[in-house]
Order: sequence, then C-alpha cells, then structure tokens
Amino acid sequence: MPENEGLHAAVAAGVLPAEDEFALLLRSIVVVARAIFGARGSSIFLYEPETDELVFAAVAGDDEQGLVGKRMPSSRGIAGWVLSSRTPLVLEDVQQDPRFARDVAEGTGYVPKGLMAVPLLHDETVLGVLQVLDRPERAAFSLREMELLGLFANQASIAVALLVAARRARSALAGHGDAAAVAALAAAVEALEGERRAAGIALVDALARILA
Amino acid sequence: MTSFALHESADDELPAWSLPRDAAERIPIDNLLPARVDRDWAIGGATGAGISVCILDSGIEASHPLVGEIKSAVNISVDENENPVAADDTEGDLCGHGTACAGVVRALAPDAEIHSVRVIGAGFSGSGSVLIAGLRWAVQQGYDIVNMSLSTTKRRFGDALHELADTAYFNRSILVASAHNMPVESYPWRFSSVISVGSHEEPDPLVFYANPNPPVEFFARGVDVDVAWLGGGTIRATGNSFATPAIAAIAALVLSKHPGLTPFQLKTVLYLISNNVGGEARA
Repeated sequence: MPENEGLHAAVAAGVLPAEDEFALLLRSIVVVARAIFGARGSSIFLYEPETDELVFAAVAGDDEQGLVGKRMPSSRGIAGWVLSSRTPLVLEDVQQDPRFARDVAEGTGYVPKGLMAVPLLHDETVLGVLQVLDRPERAAFSLREMELLGLFANQASIAVALLVAARRARSALAGHGDAAAVAALAAAVEALEGERRAAGIALVDALARILA
Repeated sequence: MTSFALHESADDELPAWSLPRDAAERIPIDNLLPARVDRDWAIGGATGAGISVCILDSGIEASHPLVGEIKSAVNISVDENENPVAADDTEGDLCGHGTACAGVVRALAPDAEIHSVRVIGAGFSGSGSVLIAGLRWAVQQGYDIVNMSLSTTKRRFGDALHELADTAYFNRSILVASAHNMPVESYPWRFSSVISVGSHEEPDPLVFYANPNPPVEFFARGVDVDVAWLGGGTIRATGNSFATPAIAAIAALVLSKHPGLTPFQLKTVLYLISNNVGGEARA
C-alpha cells in the first residue's frame, strides 16, 4: 500500500467506531430482518477472501449461542450457491434435503424448515449472504416479499460494506509504525470535547502547516 | 459451416459482408413461420425430442426420478489463460439448484436431452472466471439451448459475456438467462441476444407473459414451484432461477417441432404465443 494511503487509512481507523459497535450493527441487521419477515431466525455470513470461507458474523433467533465465528467452505450448500451465483433463493421444506440438513446441523445444531438467502451485493462485490429462517407458513410466497428481501439486503449491504472497509483500514494500520502514530493522534483528537477539541484541532492544523 | 459472405475479397479472412447483384437467387430461405402463429402450431404435441438443453449451474444429481437421464455432465475449471477445462463430473450437484432447473425442463419437455455443465463448486474466488469459461465451453459444444439461472455483477466480465452471447446467437444456440431478483446490474440477462426471464406468481408452468418494458423479456412461473432437489426429493422454491428453465423448456418444445428456427424467429414465436399476446391460447 502506498505511504499516503496507509496514513489516510490510519486516520480513518483512528476515528472509526470500535469492533464491538460493528458487531451491534450486524446484529441489528439480523434482528430487523427477523422482525420484517416474522421469522424464527436470521443470520449473516461474511465472505473471507483470505480463506475462501463463509464466516457466521451475526445471528438472531432461538439458537444463536456460539454460532458467531463458525466457518464453512464458500462453495458449499445453499449459502455457497447464493454467494457464487449472486442470486437470492427462497426455499421451503429444506429438511427434505439430507445433505443440507446435515451441513446445517453440523454448523448450528438447528435445521430450519424453510429459508430465504440473499447475497449482500455492494457495487461489483459480494460481501456475504443474509439468511432468514423459518418464516411463518403462508398460503403462498409473493414476489412482493422477494422485492422486500432484495431492498432490505441492499440496505444491509451498504452497512456491511462500511464495516468491511473499516476493517480493511484497521488491517492496513496493523504493523505500520508511522501510520499508527497518526491514527493515535486522530483518535485522541476525536475523543476531545468542547474547548479542548477546538484547541486540539488548532494544534494539529498548526503542526500540519509547520510540516508542509 | 455455411458462409453468408457471398462477396469475398482477395483476402479470404476478410470477407466483404455484402450481396452482389446476381447472388440473391443463391440464398433462398424458406419461411418457416405461418401467417398465424398460435400455441398449437408452435408446441402442440411437442416433447422436446432431438433438442439439447444445457444446464449451466451447480451440477445435476444423477438418477433423480424427476430428472431422468442426463446425457452428459462435466465440471468446468480454468487453465492459466482462463480457458475452459472440462472434466467428467462425478460429484453431481453440490447444492440442489442445478437439479431443480433440470427437473423443470424435464417436466415440460420430457424428451429433451439434458446436459450438465457445472460452474459452481470450485470455491467462490474464481467463480466469475469459471462461469465465463463454462458458458464458452457450452457455446463451443453447440447446445440448442443453454439455461443460465445465474449471472455475475462483475463489469469486467460483461464484455466477454456479451461476446459469447452474440456468438451463441449467430451459432443458433439459445441462451435463456435469469433476470436478477434484486435491483442490481448483472449479466448476461440484460443482453438482447439472450432470452431473459423473470417470475410471475401464477401456478401454471405453461403460462408465460411477454414484457412490453424490457430488458426482462418474459415472465414465467417462479413462485412456490415444487422442484427436484438433492436426495431424490423436492423442495418448494421461489426465484427467477426456476422461471428460466420453464422458458428454456418451452423453447425446446418449439425447436423440437420447428428445428430450423433462428434465435430471432424463436423469440418472435415465444412472443406471439405468450399469454398476453396470443389471446386465444391461454392455458
């Protein structure tokens, strides 16, 4: 990474929310998804390019304990197909699929009866997969629900894209001594309030003019 | 292969695409379309016999009772130049989706030849390259119909897919491609050389509609469809993925009865027999 980009990323990282706030954001997405569709559960898998795996990033539902952080191959199962094809799927009676049931049960201990899975697409990139598990049974699924799923997934994708960019910035910062100092300065200024903040910004501004 | 360049220049590799004054009589073409095209003329009694349908997807489960015989099955990977490498596919279907598409085709066109070209399953990282390689390989095989219930959002693949779609069109291979279910830009369904398909909510698999406002050209049954799935069973599924093979199958029916149709003529026939155009032909 060029020096300037590293420093810019460092400044960004210095003022970014902490990782636990991102966890709250992801959890909020699955909680809302669950509520919108009146579903039993919802989950987000994020794609991790380094390992070519899908990682459970957030879960809402009855069986959410211990799932976050679990991994599965990126091309496996329904989530893998949705990721690779970048296409949503809505399935009922998935328990009839023994391989699906086994895969999911191994990962979660819970086999849904039906699921909606939608790719988290941001521009040209697919960031992961959002799943909504076990909607209440209705006479028929409607295209309107499919549209709603797509709209919500688009909104969720923007949030996830911001998260991924922030993590990348933090990653760029790691092991970068000069950038770390700049990030620490940015974080310190960000934490100031009132007059001290104004004075801090004036100090940084003066420093920038001296160094220019 | 017949050349349509009748007035060739000195350099055979650079034919002049023109028609000399005395050459028109050398290219008579029988008009295969009657004065009135209706469903009975187009698909009445047709079974898809003699037509090859390629399912470009996650593979197909062998011996699934709703799919029956699979004429061939290959798994696509890419070499260092991103050219397709086809190997016999012994893994079947890694997801269930390809089996579902094959089952929809079999249900409507029972005598069509079904071929599986697997482009999903080698990991996500190379999936765009493998998709293009798989389509290239399918076009090279000259399948009558290629069902693509998937797309890519990567713009850098758009040009290659566009070129392949046009090559297929001129080679009389019909690409039937799913429109995306979400409001995103993806390919190849947006290209005019393919037949693009979205969903309607009605239960009849032979009911389909022409769209007066493309790029999606036809709507077929795509909601709450009972489809073949892994383990010899079925699943109830929703998505344009499942509407697409319905149109692929209806296209196979038309071609099995009228094998000389060009992709342009076939699309015209589909338009004329669609339920919002054909009128009396409502199923």
